[in-house]
Amino acid sequence: MANLPYDSSGSIIQRKRGGPPGEGAEKGLITLPGESEREIEDLAGGTYLTTTVDTMVNWARGNSLWPLPFGTACCAIEFMSMVSSHYDIARFGAEVVRFSPRQADLMIVAGTIVDKMAPVLKKIYEQMPEPRYVIAMGACATSGGFYRAYHVVQGIDEIIPVDMWVPGCPPTPDGLMYSILKLKEKIQRGEVRR
Amino acid sequence: MSTLTKFSAIPYTGPAPTNRNPYVPAGAEIADARGEVIAAALQHPGMTPELGQDMPSFIVDKEQIVDVLRALKESEVLAFTMPLDLFAVDYPGRENGSRESGVGSRSNTSDLQSPNPDLRPPTADTRHPGRFDVIYQLYSLKNNERIRLKVRVADGESIETGTPVFKGLNWYEREVFDMYGVVFDGHPNLRRILTHEAFQGHALRKDYDPAQRWILTENDVAKIIPKIDPRFENVDTDYERVTLNLGPSHPATHGTLRIVVTLDGETIIGADQEIGYLHRCFEKMSETHTYQQVIPYTDRLNYCSAIINNVGYCMAVEKLLGIEVPARAQHVRLMLSEFMRIADHLVCIGTNLVDMGALTNFWYLFQPREEIYGLIEACCGARLLPSYTRIGGLAVDVPPDFLQKSQRLVDMMPKFINDVEKLVDRNKIFLDRVVGVAPISAEEAINYGFTGPCLRACGVPFDVRKATPYLGYETYDFDVPIAEGGDTYARFLVRMEEMRQSLRILQQAIERGLPEGPVIVDNPYVALPPKAKVYNEMESLIYHFKLIMHGIQPPVGETYFQVEGGNGELGFYVVSDGTKNPYRVRCRPPCFQIYSAFPDMIMGQTIPDAIAALGSLNIIAGELDH
Ligand code: SF4
Repeated sequence: MANLPYDSSGSIIQRKRGGPPGEGAEKGLITLPGESEREIEDLAGGTYLTTTVDTMVNWARGNSLWPLPFGTACCAIEFMSMVSSHYDIARFGAEVVRFSPRQADLMIVAGTIVDKMAPVLKKIYEQMPEPRYVIAMGACATSGGFYRAYHVVQGIDEIIPVDMWVPGCPPTPDGLMYSILKLKEKIQRGEVRR
Repeated sequence: MSTLTKFSAIPYTGPAPTNRNPYVPAGAEIADARGEVIAAALQHPGMTPELGQDMPSFIVDKEQIVDVLRALKESEVLAFTMPLDLFAVDYPGRENGSRESGVGSRSNTSDLQSPNPDLRPPTADTRHPGRFDVIYQLYSLKNNERIRLKVRVADGESIETGTPVFKGLNWYEREVFDMYGVVFDGHPNLRRILTHEAFQGHALRKDYDPAQRWILTENDVAKIIPKIDPRFENVDTDYERVTLNLGPSHPATHGTLRIVVTLDGETIIGADQEIGYLHRCFEKMSETHTYQQVIPYTDRLNYCSAIINNVGYCMAVEKLLGIEVPARAQHVRLMLSEFMRIADHLVCIGTNLVDMGALTNFWYLFQPREEIYGLIEACCGARLLPSYTRIGGLAVDVPPDFLQKSQRLVDMMPKFINDVEKLVDRNKIFLDRVVGVAPISAEEAINYGFTGPCLRACGVPFDVRKATPYLGYETYDFDVPIAEGGDTYARFLVRMEEMRQSLRILQQAIERGLPEGPVIVDNPYVALPPKAKVYNEMESLIYHFKLIMHGIQPPVGETYFQVEGGNGELGFYVVSDGTKNPYRVRCRPPCFQIYSAFPDMIMGQTIPDAIAALGSLNIIAGELDH
């Protein structure tokens, strides 16, 4: 800690280095969703904090989304770009791509959904355990895109609820990544309940 | 009255507007002469030559078509052994007894009809009435030539099925039935193919509203029970027979494919597929948009190699317009096509190896692919679906360091390709999974209408770039790799080698350098004038306005143009009625026929093998389902 020319106590909380495990564990700062920065309290040599279960659970959920790619078309290729080496979604904790709806909590609808596919989409959504989140990736999933046609669903919110819409045709991998981060914020604020 | 000649006072010295005249293809006389030879060789009474087309073309009596197909296939000299395409065009005007072909009969365009009846397409033919043109296109590997056969069918009439002659016609007939309602008598399984069970009407008919949807609910979904292959019918094993559904959203398949298999123990003894889970109505959409507006739709056919689709479609329309693209644009088109081919194969090989558990290759191969997208992004700002070409050239010029960037890519690519090859080609697990799996013989493949790497893996060296060169491919030195066996391994080898050949072409293209000059034709009826001129010159402003409002108006006629796509021959058949919207755009998707052979290929094998084989066929749903 640098020496400051003024009395810093009260405005800056100093981190203490922790001793061996069990005694005087590290104390630090933490920001929980919906709260301002606060100190982890030290009681009887252990470290604890008080909060609500909901906040804690939301915080955990937002940080480990398990996406299910419902990839049908071109957008799925950009989804692949996002998970693979160059863009690497693993940096944000959402790299555990599950192809089984029963193991996933975030469905990324990447691509055009046509009428023939609609019952399948609905069924797969229903198979996901709650809470479940949906990102509509690209113009097609959002609104049918430029396929104003006899066989194309004009936006998947005709069938299932959607939490995030990502514009673009296809959205860039960065765009999709941004939507996952936004969704994370939304979940941590406790706004998504499903 | 002509809408374009109003401005004839403006001093423009380029070619005259063409929309009033019928289309005269280059080389029509050669095609006609060849048509005579074919007719003489065949001596078939049911064939009437149709003159002035871009390939030998005949109108065939409805009752005779299967006969003609068989004769063409079995003739020693002609040997039209490959069914390339089968589709239909709807001319409702013919049915109303009007003398016109029906082309141009849409009410808003009737004033564009030529006043001179001789200039109208020569289709009003009393011997062959009927609303639909059902068009067969065959290819002869022996003579490297194509032929077009047209059958006229009235609403409610049926044709005899051609499936006993060509297996590849199976799905095409289903498609024509689905889209037009033309019934094929004796077809083994004539059910809808692209649209769903609750769909009513036939979508590509001219009187079908493009936005009319039908909702499919879960209760309507029909159960598919695959037919058991006769070879296994009476084989008695101790296992129970189970029917298993894979897809359309299945962990092991990429894209929206659905296969229903019947298993005897682990052996597949029956398989049937359902496609259409990504039927985005490409052909109907192109009828409701102008020629330039169709380009983004073509991107989304085979979205792994979008530029090749752009090039194919644009060249088809350019052929119809009779214009030559500037050398610089051609050079860039060629280079980007080859880069796209590499990207396509990288995705195919990467994902195919993932199916077999080799995840490393996937991560590794996506790196060079990103670099290719980086180059395309530098050219036009988009990555995956660039829509970079325009009819007449390119949207914008390439960046000044295009060649250096390309050289860097060409230099780095071999390492990736070699490394991946080293990772797998002596790996026992990989070899066990691919060698001898899902083979198809050359004869079968041709009968199904295979093209591209999957055909070359059977040892048939057919490549559109060599057979009918375009963009100057004939001036480049490259080989067409072939392999033996037609199994998954052969397809892998062919794709690997093709990437190296593409790099060879690219190296030569870089060494030649980019020709100087514009990237789009200087023809105000096709390409927008430069913005600087639009703001400063009256006539350019008018041309700009006219082109935006009225679009490109090619001459009345029809044409077919083919390029070598990532998966094989990608063809576009464009019918123009002289208005700004295409009357019909038909895309020949190479995946379609390849995938239709899939049950035959996996019969008697196991599901994991089928999955590995499916990856190696590189079925792209966007292209498969149009
Ligand atoms: S939004 Fe665009 S890129 Fe995405 S699936 Fe639709 S057409 Fe393809």
